[in-house]
Amino acid sequence: MSELTFTLLRLGYLVLLWVFVLSAIAVLRRDMGSRSVRAARRQRSDGGSSSSAPAASAGSPPPPRRSGPTRLVVTAGPLTGTTLPLSTSSILIGRAPSCTLVLDDDYSSSRHARIFPQGDQWYVEDLGSTNGTYIGDQRLSSPTHLPPGVGVQIGRSVVELQG
Amino acid sequence: MSADTPAVTPRQRRPLRLAEIFLLILALGGGVGGYAMVGLSIRGELPESFWWRAGLLGLTALVAHVVLRLRAPWSDQVILPAVVLLNGIGLSMIWRLEISDSAGMAPADAAGNMSASLLGAVVAFTLLWILRDHRWLRRYTYIAMLVGLLLVALPLIPGLGEEINGARIWISVGGFSLQPAEFAKIAFAVFFAGYLVVNRDTLALAGPKVLGLHLPRLRDLGPILVVWAASLVVLVFQRDLGTSLLFFGLFVAMLYQATARSSWILLGLSLFAVGALAAARLFPHVQARVDVWLHPFDAEYYDREIGGSFQLVQGQFSMANGGLFGTGWGEGRPFQIPYAYSDFIYAALGEELGLTGLAAILLTYLLIVQRGLKTAVTVRDGFGKLLAGGLAFVMALQIFVVVGGITRIIPLTGLTLPFMAQGGSSLLANWIVVALLLRISDQARRPSDLPVRGQVSPGRAEPEPVLVGAGSDGGTSDGAASGPRSGPSGTPAAGTPAAGTPASGSPLPRRRVADRDVPDGGTGPASSAPTERLDHPDDQPGGEHR
Repeated sequence: MSELTFTLLRLGYLVLLWVFVLSAIAVLRRDMGSRSVRAARRQRSDGGSSSSAPAASAGSPPPPRRSGPTRLVVTAGPLTGTTLPLSTSSILIGRAPSCTLVLDDDYSSSRHARIFPQGDQWYVEDLGSTNGTYIGDQRLSSPTHLPPGVGVQIGRSVVELQG
Repeated sequence: MSADTPAVTPRQRRPLRLAEIFLLILALGGGVGGYAMVGLSIRGELPESFWWRAGLLGLTALVAHVVLRLRAPWSDQVILPAVVLLNGIGLSMIWRLEISDSAGMAPADAAGNMSASLLGAVVAFTLLWILRDHRWLRRYTYIAMLVGLLLVALPLIPGLGEEINGARIWISVGGFSLQPAEFAKIAFAVFFAGYLVVNRDTLALAGPKVLGLHLPRLRDLGPILVVWAASLVVLVFQRDLGTSLLFFGLFVAMLYQATARSSWILLGLSLFAVGALAAARLFPHVQARVDVWLHPFDAEYYDREIGGSFQLVQGQFSMANGGLFGTGWGEGRPFQIPYAYSDFIYAALGEELGLTGLAAILLTYLLIVQRGLKTAVTVRDGFGKLLAGGLAFVMALQIFVVVGGITRIIPLTGLTLPFMAQGGSSLLANWIVVALLLRISDQARRPSDLPVRGQVSPGRAEPEPVLVGAGSDGGTSDGAASGPRSGPSGTPAAGTPAAGTPASGSPLPRRRVADRDVPDGGTGPASSAPTERLDHPDDQPGGEHR
């Protein structure tokens, strides 16, 4: 084997080692950022009309409400674009992992607010949060009727009911 | 917001593990390429039975990949290729030293080591196949302690233990030499994890405060101190200070990991300093190690027959000869280092692959360790966190001690470089560590029914807090127990099993309980994952405050 071939092989081997290391690092980079943050960002950049829409709507049957709002939409804050279909049970919003809507928002409390149905109406109630729950400029002190299209401010996030 | 906005659902499919395939091909190229180049350079032809051995290595990697796909589809994709690469490079170097026909390299046995690697892989992936959930190990916390102590004590039993090179750490069973301390490392990691996950709150909170440091109560430390002292005493009698350092490091790191009290590190470091000083005074062989480390080039130490610096200096010359890019496979003279195939394989690689190659190898180790620590951060149960963190840390410490010893950053201790150095016990034990890390990382990365921050919860059966001014709606039944609410909507079940969850009816796979747990478990998440629920309260604060 000639000197040249050998030198090329020798350096080629080192290149191979480094290609391995660098591609492994490239694989890691996908994990480095928090998955949920990226998911939220992707959601935001699609403007909420991602291609998985048909699949998702086919999978979850529309809630059987006769009228009134059918979903809860986050319209501002880190989770903008997130929606939840409404059902007959109440929705707990906050930072705690046990909440129905888990906010990634430093200004919200772990169990911040609750949105619940009563009769045909939906009500929002502050659960003793630190920074309060607002409709417009009004800080909630008691369960308050929440008509569709009215934004509720929770920390930096705003959620509203939509029909 | 358009009308067809999808609900936020976990959008992960079962991963295809394409990254792993790609990296495995590169890793096999590295291992097999090294093997081929050794043959070409020394003998001018491919080694005999080259294709057969390369095929065997490839087949092992393929089988491992398939097992991972079937049994741990979410597990980390970097660990296996990194291990395959390191193992392949190690085998190539051992073979290279074996065919150098140098007298000192007679014990180098590439074929034997290859069998040990294959055995290690088979054991590891059998374990991965059988062990569906790492939390299963938690039931054997105290058995693991006993097993660990027994393994450490085995070499002291007369007739069974063997003394090689002044260290009594081997046992010979049926013609095979085993180093039980390598396995004790795993047993102790399991024990520490299981013990600390239960007792960490007492360890962290109860106890006096001295000079701003939280000290634990002595009685909370009982079992752990017993294990620690016993293993240290035995190891001092066995004169293997590398392993004793390893156990001590594992112990301190896992205590810190469990309690987040920096006082542990301080305490550990000062205890270590005291121990090191005492050992250097009391044991002549430790004193010799330190002298050799400080003055390797003194003629007095260099010429010393036993415990001299000859090996260390040869390693340094070897690496210097390698330079930046190395001499190339088979072109250097690494066989002049004593024990180049086991303790000093890193120096031998330094000669043939150069600094560039050594850096790549070190980074590959770092990748494995990083994946282990990342797994520890991600996984939800406390036991898994501690176990993954402990195993990753102990591997990192071992690499540091070995590489640091060879490069003269710290005194030399007799530890083996994982996956590279010749030695069946080390290979087997480290393959088992990899299997455990892969199993935990599968749990960590699996999309779960517990929400991550910023995700929508699937609405578990979590009792709501007692509400003030909850109105007349009852306000107690919620979450998955959606049925009983007497609303005007007429259909209480609402067509979805877990009302209030957008993801409940989604076609995307989520963690299936049956998939994860022991088959005799119940069906609901509440009944079938007792450890997870047990861990839950003390996990959450740890995970949340940042």
